[in-house]
Amino acid sequence: MADTAFLRIEGVSKTFGTFHAVRDVTLSVAQGEIFALLGGSGCGKTTLLRMLAGFEEPTAGRIYLDGKDMAGVPPWLRPVHMMFQSYALFPHMTVETNVAYGLKHEPMSKAERADRVREMLDLVQLTQFAKRKPHQISGGQRQRVALARALARQPKLLLLDEPLAALDKKLREHTQFELMSIQERTGVTFIVVTHDQEEAMTLADRIAVMDKGEVRQVGSPTEVYEFPANRFVASFIGSITTFAATVVGREDGQLRLKVADFGTEVLARDVAGITEGQAVTLALRPEKITISQARPEAANVVEGVVKDLAYFGKDSLYRITLPSGALVQVHAVNARRGDEAARVADWDDKVWLSFEPGAAIVLGD
Amino acid sequence: MARLKAWFDRSGWSDLIVGLPYLWLVLFFLLPFLIVVAMSVATKTPTAPPFSFGGEHPWINLGGYARLFGDALYVRAFLISLMNAATATFFCLLIGYPMALALTRVSKSWRNILLMLVILPFWTSFLLRVYAWMGLMGKSSWFNAALTDVWNWIVPIDWAVKSLPMMHSNFAVVLVMVYTYLPFMILPLYASLERLDPTLDEAALDLGSRPWQVFLDVTLPQSIPGIIAGGLLVFIPAAGELVIPSLVGDAAAPMIGRVISDEFSSARDWPMASAVAVALLALMVIPTMLYSHYQARAEGTK
Repeated sequence: MADTAFLRIEGVSKTFGTFHAVRDVTLSVAQGEIFALLGGSGCGKTTLLRMLAGFEEPTAGRIYLDGKDMAGVPPWLRPVHMMFQSYALFPHMTVETNVAYGLKHEPMSKAERADRVREMLDLVQLTQFAKRKPHQISGGQRQRVALARALARQPKLLLLDEPLAALDKKLREHTQFELMSIQERTGVTFIVVTHDQEEAMTLADRIAVMDKGEVRQVGSPTEVYEFPANRFVASFIGSITTFAATVVGREDGQLRLKVADFGTEVLARDVAGITEGQAVTLALRPEKITISQARPEAANVVEGVVKDLAYFGKDSLYRITLPSGALVQVHAVNARRGDEAARVADWDDKVWLSFEPGAAIVLGD
Repeated sequence: MARLKAWFDRSGWSDLIVGLPYLWLVLFFLLPFLIVVAMSVATKTPTAPPFSFGGEHPWINLGGYARLFGDALYVRAFLISLMNAATATFFCLLIGYPMALALTRVSKSWRNILLMLVILPFWTSFLLRVYAWMGLMGKSSWFNAALTDVWNWIVPIDWAVKSLPMMHSNFAVVLVMVYTYLPFMILPLYASLERLDPTLDEAALDLGSRPWQVFLDVTLPQSIPGIIAGGLLVFIPAAGELVIPSLVGDAAAPMIGRVISDEFSSARDWPMASAVAVALLALMVIPTMLYSHYQARAEGTK
């Protein structure tokens, strides 16, 4: 096969009894990449991670790491280390001995080992906590010990299971950037499992969105957000409003759609594989819709009434009722400073919604 | 409910309820123990009860304690007791640890059945079970015959025997004690192993340790409190054991429990018996106290 990716997952499936945890997953990850497996609970992302670590053997398919087939290789012989969600630090060892634990299997002298441990503790800025036990340090520090321990043996692949889930919001943002900078400095390939789309979007170079054991889309954060391949990805990542529509024509590289809920026809970016007359889904992101009191000059204009609005400070979320009764979510940035009168619309106002054809997502499924 | 609680607190009921167990311990443990201590410094007399604090000086007679160290019988009995108890504890650990570990690794439904089986022997009278072992170890039993065949097959022809002399030996005492006290080892071990986080094992595997290294580095060190608890639960009663050595043991090499019993009944030397009992208690209590002292200190750093 010509595919020479660093990590290749080829047609991997895993069944537990009659339950299909992972179905026919094929992925390639480049060296030095941060790759995220994103999905809800039970989507198979953790099972896939455990197969990479060697805790589970695939029922079918192959995993190749750096050209080597991983089938039958036990966890202790894989150049793959994992940062566990619970961190799994050894409670009876100090921070230092935790970090040194993997190194005892390396052919290195005592001095080299001590150097490496010091280097790792430096990397995660925990040098002064070396002699503490895991229960004597904070959650964020524990996480960094887990990271240092997993990186100490210089693995080819680092698996991170929900790395930020146990941290509070302030610490998460800080840790996120720290993880990225450590990845850059060490050059180790990271596979991150997460259910948190924001975490995946900010951390990862590429994301595989998983559902019911299958990969539904692989792409950069921009691709999966702006160009979702199907309804699942569109609704899983970010919020979105969907409408049933029918394709009535194609003009200038755009699709003309008839949307029952709008009572009018709208223009949308053309998508390959869609035929005229096909029933499709039109999906709109809340922030791609403009809300205004006067009818704007735009390609796609729809009329509605403000049913609800929520003020978040920097922005507001509007829920607009269309004449058909359907609800649309619209996000508007509160660019102007002022009191209630400064916002674009109020409860029960009649408003106009408009969006660019390029912002309209057409989904074939 | 709140009023009930207030009444409960005000009228000192809570003190009484908390105090009851302590009262029980004082009445039925501390007081008798103090009586035994007092008795151990009394003088033996041919009266009933067979001791007195005498009229002559000194009232306190430390002769019993002096004999403890002077008379080889007592020193030997102590040594035999400690040896037998230590051997029994060692084998209980050797057999019990894998069983306890296996209990944590099987499915939930199997776990309950197996735990039941561990406790099941208690449903039969202890004496009956010892008598069963006497039957098994006796010269005419199929068990002894089978072991004899194995023995004769292994050893050189000159050492061959008609039947193995298992009964009335320290071997028999240790064997029956291991059998009897095994659940006391398994249950605390199971309790401590069951609490361990299985992801720690996975973390160690992931960092390059083979399963046996994971056991030595992760499982074993974390189960030390369970080992000590189980060890104490087996060692302490085994060291003072009376029934097993008198039924299957060697009368010529008595354990300390037998000595105490003999001093009380046949020799009618209550002060001496009490001195031996106090010494045995001290021998058991001091290591236990040291252990809990260090345990508390280790936990104090948490």
